[in-house]
This record gives sequence, structure tokens and C-alpha cells, in this order.
Amino acid sequence: MSTAAPRPAAAPVVEMSGITIEFPGVRALDGVGLRLFPGEVHALMGENGAGKSTLIKALTGVYRYDSGTVTVDGVEQQFATPADAQAAGISTVYQEVNLCPNLTVTENVVLGREPRKRGSIDRRASRERTRRVLAELNLDLDPGSILGRHPIALQQLVAIARAVDTDAKVLVLDEPTSSLDAGEVAELFRVVRTLRDRGVAILFVSHFLDQVYEISDRMTVLRNGRLVAEHRTAELPRLQLVQEMIGRELSTLEHLEREPAHEAPADAVPRLRARGLGRTGAIAPTDLDVHAGRVTGLAGLLGSGRTELTRLLFGADRASSGTVEVDGRPVKLRTPRTAIAEGIAFCSEDRKGEGVVGDLTVRDNVLLALQARRGWLRRIPTKQGDELVAKYIKALDIRPAHPDALIRNLSGGNQQKVLLARWLLTEPRLLLLDEPTRGIDIGAKAQIQALVSQLASEGMSVVFVSAELEEVLRISDRITVLRDHRTVADVDGSTATLDSVVDLIASGGDRA
Amino acid sequence: MTATDSATGTAPAPAPERPDRSLGQAAYAWLRRTDTGSSTFSVLVTALLLVVLFGAGTLRYENFGYPQVALNLLVDNAHLIVLAVGMTFVILTGGIDLSSGAVVALSTVIAASLLQKGWAAPLVIVLVLATGTLLGWAMGAAVHHLQLQPFIVTLAGMFLARGLCFVISEPSIPIRDDLFTGLAQNVIELPGNTYLTYGVLIALVVVAIAVYVLHRTRFGRTVYAIGGNEQSAGLMGLAVGRTKVAVYAISGFCSALGGLLFSLYILSGWSLHAIGMELDAIAAVVIGGTLLTGGSGLVVGSLLGVLVLGTIQSLISFDGGLSSWWTKITIGVLLLVFVVVQRLSTRSSR
Amino acid sequence: MPETPTEPRTRRRLDMSSPVVWAASALLVLLVFNAVVNPGFFALRIQDGHLFGSPVDVLKNVAPTLLIAVGMTLVIATRGIDLSVGAVLAISGAVSFTIIDGSSDPTSPATAAVAIGTALAVGLVLGAWNGFLVSVVGIQPIIATLVLMTAGRGLAMLVTDGQIITAENPAFDWLGGGFVLGLPAQVVLTLLVLLVVAALTRRTALGTLIEAVGTNPEAARLAGVRSRSITWTVYVFVAFTAAVAGLMTNANVSAADANRAGLFIELDAILAVVIGGTSLAGGRYSLTGTVLGALILQTLTTTTLTMGVPDEYVRLFKAVVIIAVFLLQAPRIRAALGRRRRSARTSTSPAVPVPAVEGDDVRPLTPASSAEPADATAAEPTTTDQGALR
Ligand SMILES: Nc1ncnc2c1ncn2[C@@H]1O[C@H](COP(=O)(O)OP(=O)(O)OP(=O)(O)O)[C@@H](O)[C@H]1O
Ligand SMILES: [Mg+2]
Repeated sequence: MSTAAPRPAAAPVVEMSGITIEFPGVRALDGVGLRLFPGEVHALMGENGAGKSTLIKALTGVYRYDSGTVTVDGVEQQFATPADAQAAGISTVYQEVNLCPNLTVTENVVLGREPRKRGSIDRRASRERTRRVLAELNLDLDPGSILGRHPIALQQLVAIARAVDTDAKVLVLDEPTSSLDAGEVAELFRVVRTLRDRGVAILFVSHFLDQVYEISDRMTVLRNGRLVAEHRTAELPRLQLVQEMIGRELSTLEHLEREPAHEAPADAVPRLRARGLGRTGAIAPTDLDVHAGRVTGLAGLLGSGRTELTRLLFGADRASSGTVEVDGRPVKLRTPRTAIAEGIAFCSEDRKGEGVVGDLTVRDNVLLALQARRGWLRRIPTKQGDELVAKYIKALDIRPAHPDALIRNLSGGNQQKVLLARWLLTEPRLLLLDEPTRGIDIGAKAQIQALVSQLASEGMSVVFVSAELEEVLRISDRITVLRDHRTVADVDGSTATLDSVVDLIASGGDRA
Repeated sequence: MTATDSATGTAPAPAPERPDRSLGQAAYAWLRRTDTGSSTFSVLVTALLLVVLFGAGTLRYENFGYPQVALNLLVDNAHLIVLAVGMTFVILTGGIDLSSGAVVALSTVIAASLLQKGWAAPLVIVLVLATGTLLGWAMGAAVHHLQLQPFIVTLAGMFLARGLCFVISEPSIPIRDDLFTGLAQNVIELPGNTYLTYGVLIALVVVAIAVYVLHRTRFGRTVYAIGGNEQSAGLMGLAVGRTKVAVYAISGFCSALGGLLFSLYILSGWSLHAIGMELDAIAAVVIGGTLLTGGSGLVVGSLLGVLVLGTIQSLISFDGGLSSWWTKITIGVLLLVFVVVQRLSTRSSR
Repeated sequence: MPETPTEPRTRRRLDMSSPVVWAASALLVLLVFNAVVNPGFFALRIQDGHLFGSPVDVLKNVAPTLLIAVGMTLVIATRGIDLSVGAVLAISGAVSFTIIDGSSDPTSPATAAVAIGTALAVGLVLGAWNGFLVSVVGIQPIIATLVLMTAGRGLAMLVTDGQIITAENPAFDWLGGGFVLGLPAQVVLTLLVLLVVAALTRRTALGTLIEAVGTNPEAARLAGVRSRSITWTVYVFVAFTAAVAGLMTNANVSAADANRAGLFIELDAILAVVIGGTSLAGGRYSLTGTVLGALILQTLTTTTLTMGVPDEYVRLFKAVVIIAVFLLQAPRIRAALGRRRRSARTSTSPAVPVPAVEGDDVRPLTPASSAEPADATAAEPTTTDQGALR
């Protein structure tokens, strides 16, 4: 009965209790409660699909709940729309970026509450206000630029800027840090602390335990749509937190600490050799060798060209210079299809826009790449397809484990696993993973990392991109460091340390 | 390669967008990022093509260069301009309004038949405008509240409006009302022996109001936001529902107003007027650089789009010798040239 | 251990929220209505070994529209639309009749073969043109096909020199008035195409790939789907169906009228597709739905005729019925009706109604577009062993 955390002096601003939400076939929330106190950062913890986002949407009027109550400042409320919740002082950043890509940064930040002068929108004031919030987050962004042209991570920061730019009494952040690197996270936390000290109640979701422990004062743990417990962060050991989240002892996480040890003959022909590969405006000409059975990590800040480089290797964008050899044979990676034919697979960082096919089932999504490679005429026989899908659902622990569920109804982390399954099915020889663990809970993350190690030891080459440096370090045999759209260093994964890589990223590798 | 760039973020790195910046490209980049909807550039392309097209006409036919020929583009298409403005609102939200041609016809029929019965002209005007707005509002409500697809709802609206036309009167009814004929026949004299009609004046006022509303009010911003990402707009707390219903009501109003202008132009009401005019309006909007997927476009572009269509028409009528089928083919080909050039010149944007 | 709810594989059963079911019910109501108003409606006669009667008429008259609607379904599934089918239909008719008319032996089967072959080839070329504009140049489908819609009729008139061409060729006329096994040739041909398409899309992976392209083109491309060829192909195919329909309709009246043949047929075809429950936003499609949609439209026309609705009310009457069908299909209304049946189960509804978006997102919670109903007995999240923690 650990629900009884010590009572703070102030009364909660938000109190949810007994919230139940059912979707057709799934009870996403079952009698869940949550209390947010002014001047506190509250972390909402749970595995992928535990119901965190759903709880947030219940609070902010996106979903109507079947039973339960929400009180704000002691008054019972059922918000009909997000606008109502906003009006009541609850400002929210939802899990996926939810802004308008066609509008400018300024327009997005002030949308719906534009400063006005004599009835019409005051553009100058809008711009000024945006500059101010961006500066507060230490963001160097042109307020007049179109939002959609920026990478996802920057868009997420703009979403945060928008949420911060209110005098809200409650700020809800659903996985705001999933695509940010350490620097941005620090800036965000600085702002969060300022707001907290101003008395704002903050609800924070993240799968990064370090971050949660750094910033939060209180935690609520959910598992499978149920409330497990509420704790004061200071009183909750990590191990217990993890146990509460996953409901079992943490044996899988041992992998986290395992050092990779993939032997690769240094003189062998690399599986993939890129020379002077570049694309005007995206990435300067780059050399890269990826060996069989090795994990090559790409490290760098946001916008350093990690994603751009990976896309070139897959033919998702066309290179404007350079050559690529696969197993010593020159190949032209003009389209994804040519890359796939060479045994290359690519998991995009933009899960929503470039990964999931929402109208299709989990099954069809898993089989998509394999089917596309076989061509439309040679349909994967039903039985074989079912078996493959079942195998990967099990192997990756995709939940809910229904092949016929629509993928768009899965939680973010589970969608990611489906996409991984899609590519593993094609048995690629080179796997390009762009942020494969973004938004994935720690249990699953460990699974995926273990999987990558295992695949590599079985002979697959992996290019691993992640904003989380520790992860890159842990998993890679070789690390290529990028900065400002070009590679600045190439270091051995076993000898590199966090500090040395951070140093390279910051200084730009003066040995050029 | 020197590595003197020390501070993060200030390196002379290729900018994320367009790195190889010649002057032209810098200007291009500036254009691409100005203002709402980022469509300034496509509008400029349209303007340029319009000038080229008109220039070609001037070279080919000796009388084409007269100022009145240019003004006639407005005079002959005042109704279409108003229609295109309404259509722009709808298309900017990612919707479409197929009913506008039929509503034009319905407006002419209602106006003509009521005037024939001796109703007072101002009352008739108000009634027609109210009918159009109401119809648009109903369609908007169906789109939003019933979550039906705009294409289908407005197609049904189109059938309904045409059906009502037939019920009111199948044969064409002439308009002899003093106010209407007066407005139709009196013109605004301009220097240089040229003129404009009152219809043009009304159309231009409508354009001006639309520009203001779309760019200077929260309502306008919401329209663009919905077109960009409706779901996000909802989550950001914008009045998505109200705005969506409103744009269809606006389009309905514009169609009715367009219908009134058309009845001034043609002085009759007939159930078969304006068949396919919605397609003209859509084409004008698209030629003007607005994306049918919503979220990007300018009203001024739609105005230019109408003028382009008008220029094509007058080129053909200047030729005189064209059979009706060559007319159709020519319009098709010019439309093609337009969308292809438009497309190719804006291609690199994504 | 992480339990996984073991939901039984979806049971097939009548799903009241499926658009196809509603379309079927609407058709049923129309048919019953007809039977009541006109008891002779279902009477079939056999004459010279051929079947006659109102139902056969409906089938025969619906054939061209249905044929095109089948092609249109695939185009719409890829998130496209084709406005030019009416024009292609007219061109196909014009080409075939001009060839027959101008031939030295206008009545020989060989002439008919040449005429048919040429018309179909022209159709394919026009389709390829549309597909090129959409998939390679990247013009929005509605505008790309508007070009051919405008110019196409001009082309047809150019071919016929603006005349209405009449010609008699027995072999060719069979397309319009012939019989196979007692059924009109048009009906049999259409059924054939329908079956081939159904087999091609559902027995192979084509259907799924088309849906993938229509739902998320970029994701499909990155998964290695030949999005471009698929898009291109569906435009070629719909133009092909339009060309065949052109041969049928013109053979039926033994004349090619470039101006009026197939006027507004694109709207009918699109309507049929949408009544059948396929969303214009692309993605999931239903050929069964399209067949039902086309039948509804045609039966409606027949009904107005048999009922003797005054001329000026025909359009209004049709509009009202169509609107009623759409209202019945509205997700909200279907959800409400479905909810009454399954009462307390799915009372959660989204406050922000949103069309297809993927991801960890707000979704309309009624499984509007899913053919598989969520089962009422679906597993709840399994009770995990929460043990001492609670
Ligand atoms: N619209 C929906 N329809 C059906 N099921 C849904 C819907 N939205 C969410 N679910 C289900 O509800 C459960 C909880 O999902 P939710 O998105 O809240 O998880 P989460 O805790 O935020 O996970 P993650 O960490 O992966 O974001 C999941 O099983 C998910 O599949
Ligand atoms: Mg979530």
C-alpha cells in the first residue's frame, strides 16, 4: 500500500480518480488516479502501452472517459475539448509533435492566442513574443521559417516553447525529450525548474530514468492501464521503480551493461564503403566503412547530419556526390528499392510520417517490406505470413499481440517494434536504424539493444543512430562523429568514452 | 580544411535549407519563407505566366493590347472571382466545394423568379444570399459534425441545388428588374476611355476582405492551421469545428453572391447556368498556387488564376476562327502548361 | 512475464458499423420499395433464350458506370481521383465509330476488331498520360485529370469532326446489345472485369500495396513498394475501363456522340465508390461496396422512372435519396446506431474528431474504417500479478 505518499502542504491543482477508458477491445485505463501539486514536477511512469498518453488525453479533454472524476482547483470538470482544458489553465505538449507544419515558427507558437492590435493580428508583437520564448529555451531558430522544414526534434522544441508561453498553472509534457540530445534536455529542464518554482504543476513523461530522477519530485506508476503506486521520487529506489513498471524482476536489463564484442577482421572488404557521399545542403561529402558483424554508431548533435547520412545510404534521398560499394561492388543507390535489393534496410526516425501505414493492420505492416520485395504477384502465403508475424510479435513482445489490430491504435513504442519487425523480416545484411529506441520503454530498449548486438554477432552490419550518446557508446564497435553536416571523427567504440565523444562533438575534431 | 569554428552553432556550415546561395537563390529562399502558407513564390510564378500569356496575345492579335481588353478580364469574370475566393477558404482547410456552380444557378433562378413575381430587388438579394449561406452552412455542418467527406457532401449539395432549380423553373427566366438592369448596364467610367462594372467593384471588395480575414484575424490563421494539420489544430485548442462550418458557409455565401453577379452579367435565371463552373473555380484556385491538400495558398493567387482562365478565353475569342472543339483542346493544353510550369518551378520545395 | 491478451482471431460477423452493410441495406430498401410500388418489378421473362425484365435492365444499364467505378475504386484507394473518364469514354466511342464508318468494309468483324483494338489502345495511352502527370510530374490528381476532362471532349469532337457518327457493324453492336448465356453481353463483360480485378487485388498482394500507397505514400516508398508504378498502373487501368465502357455505350445506341456520351459519368462512378464506403482520402477500399453503390444509383434511376416522378422533381428526388444514404453512413450516426445495439460497451468518443492520421494519436474511436469489428468479448487488459506492490 505505497499509495500513501506523504501529503504535501498544498492541495492538488489537478486530481483525477477512478478514470476508466475503454477502446473497442482494450481497456486502456482502469480506475486510474493522479494528483498534481503546484510547484512540483510529477513523472508519469510506465511501459509502452501502459496508458500514460491516454491518461493525459483524458485529462485534457481529448478523450471522454467512461467513469471517474477530474477536479481542477477543487472543482469537478469534464473538458469537452482541448480548448476547454487550455482555458482552464492546462497547457499540453502531446507525444507526437502536434503543430502545423505549413505555418511559420512564430505562427505556431502564438496560434490561437495571437497578440492583437485594433482587432487584427499584431505580427510584430507575435514575432517579439516568439523570440522571447525561443530565447528562454536557448533556441537559435528563425521565427519566420516554416516549421515543417525543421527536423522533428526542433519541431518538438517549438511545441514546448508554445506550451511554455502561457501563464498555465499546469504544464503537461508527454515524452518531450525523446528526440532531444543532452544539451536541449538541460535547457528544457532549466525552464521546467523555473516554471516549477513559479508554482506551476508539471506532468512529465519519459522513458529515461536518469531524466526522471533528475527533474521529478513525485511519480505515479502505471502498468497495463492500472495504477500501481504514487511515490515521492526521493523515496523510490530505481530498482523498485523498474519492478513496479514491468511487474517482474529485471533480468533483461542485464544486457544493458554488456559490452559488445564483435570480432571483425580489419582487412576484410567492408560490407558497405561510401566515398565522398554527400548531398548538397544536407551533408558534406563523407567517407564511411561499415563492416560485417559490426555496429557502427553515428553520434552528433541534432541537425548534425546523422539522419541525412543514413537516408543517403538507403537511397531515400539521392546523393549529389560520391560512390557507394557493397561488398566491393560499386552500386548506385537511387531509390529505396535498389538499396533493399542490396540487402539494406532502414528504420526511419519519423515513425508517423515515414513508418507506419495507419490504415493497415499490424500484420500487413510487418509484412510490407518483404511483400514489396517479392513483388505484388507473389503474395506471401497466408500461413507463412501468419507464422512470421506471430514469431516477430512474440520475439519483440509487441502489445497487444493481435496481428489484426490496426497499427494506428498501438502505442508509440509498440508501433516502433512493428517497424523493426518489418525490416528484420527481410533479413537484411545492413540494417540502418535511425533512432530505433526513441519513445521505447527501458525494458523494450534493452531488448532492442540486445537484439542489435545479437544480429551483429550473427554477421549483420548495423548503423545505429541515436540522440542518446550513452546508448551509441554502449552498443557500437565503431563510432562516427558528425558535426555541422560533416563527419569530424571516426573512433573505436571500445576505447571511446562519453567525455571523449562529447569533446569531439563540441570541438569538431581538430585533426581534420 | 580549417577547423577554426569553435562555438557550437556558429559554424559556417551549409545551412539546413539551401546552402549554395547565389543571389538568385537567396532571393528564392527569402520568397519561400515569407509569410503564411509559404505560397508567395507560386503566386509570383502565376503572375509571371499571366504576363507572358497576355504578352503573347498582344503580339499575336493587334487589338489585344488595348487596356479595355485587360479590364474586360475582370468584367467578364467578376462572378468567378467571387466564387474562387469562397473556394479558396474551403480548399485552404483541405476541403472542396463542388456545389458552387449549382448554387450560382440556383441563385439566378431564385432571383429571376422572385423578381418576375414582383418582389423588391433588395429583399431578393438578401434572400438569395441567405439561401446560399444556409446551404453552405448545412454542408459544413455535415462535413464537421457527421464526419462526412467534403467532396461527397458538396456533391450531394450540388445535386440538391440543381434539383431545386428544376423544381422552381425549368425554362430560362429573363430579368427585367430596374435595379438589376441598372446595375448591369451602368458602368464606372475610367480615364482613357475604359470602364469597369459595379460587379467588378464588388468582386474586388470581396477579395480585399478575404485577404484581410485570412491574414489578419485568428479565424484566418485557424483556416490555415486546419489545412496544415487538423488534428494538431484541435489539440492546440483552436475552434476547428466552428471554423470548418464557417468556411463552407462563406463559400456558400460567395457562390450566392457570384450567382447574383452572374445574373447581372447575363440578366436571366436558368437551371442550366454555370454547369461546371465549380471546376473553373477550383482550377483558378489551383493555378493560383493553392494546394488542394490545404494549408498553403493565397487569395490573390486565386484572383490571378481567374485572370489566367479569362485570358485563355479571350485569346480564343480573339482568334474567332476556332471551332468549339479546338477551344476545348486549347483550354486543356494551356491549363496543362500552367500546372506543369507551376509544379516544376515549385518542385524543389520539399 | 508480460502477458499478452489473447484475443480470439476476429470473428466474421455482421458489423453494423461497416459502410458496406449500410449500402446493402439501402439497396434492399430500394428493392423492396420497388416491389411494393410496382409488383411487376421482379418479373423476369425469357424471350428468344434471353432474359428480360427490370432487374436485367438495371444490370445492363449499370454496366458502364460499374465498370468505370471498379477502376475508380483503385484510383481512389491510392488517394487519387480521375475526372477524365467521361472524356475517355467519348474518345473511345468516337475513335471506334470513325474507324468503322471510314472503313471499306464497315460490316466485317475484322473492322470491328480493328476499331475495338484501336479504341482500347487510345484509352490505354490516355490513361498512361494521366498516370504520368500524377505519378511522375507530381500534379494533384484532380487537376491532372481535369486537363484531359476539358481537352478530351474536344479531342473526341476533333475525331468525329463535331458530327454524331452512326454506323452498323453486327460484331461491334454485340458489345451493346448482344447476349451471353441469356444475359446481356455488357453485364457479362463487366462481371468478368470485376472478377479479374477482385482476383488480382485480393489473391495477390496488389490490394494491400495499393492500400499502403494510398494511406502513407512515403512510408510505402521507403518500404520498397513501387509507389510510382502502382499509381501509374491504376490510372491506366481506369482509362481502360472507361474505354471499354465507351465501346459498350456507343455500341448500344449504334452512334457516337462526342458531346454527350458519358457526360457526368465520372460523378456517378465516384459516387458509387463512395457510397460503397471507400474513403476519398485513400487507403482501404471495398469492391463489394462499389458494386452495391453503383446498383443503388441505377436502381434509384429505374425507380424514379417506374414511379413516374415528374420530370422536374427527378433530380431533387435523387439528391434527397443520395443524401439520405450518406447520412446513414456518417460515422457519427453509424456509431450512434451501433452503440444502441452494443449498448454500454464503447461509450468513449473523441472530443476532437479527426480523419485518418497515424500514430500515437487522437483517433475517432469507432472502428469506422475497419472491416473487422472489435469483438464484444475482447480481452480486457489481463490482470497482471500486481502482488505486494498494491
Ligand atoms: N484510439 C485508440 N483505439 C484503440 N486502442 C487505443 C487507442 N489509443 C490507445 N490505445 C491503446 O491503449 C493502450 C494505452 O496506450 P497509450 O498510448 O496510452 O500508451 P503509453 O503509455 O502512452 O505508451 P508509450 O510509452 O508507448 O507512448 C495501448 O494498448 C494502446 O494500444
Ligand atoms: Mg504515449
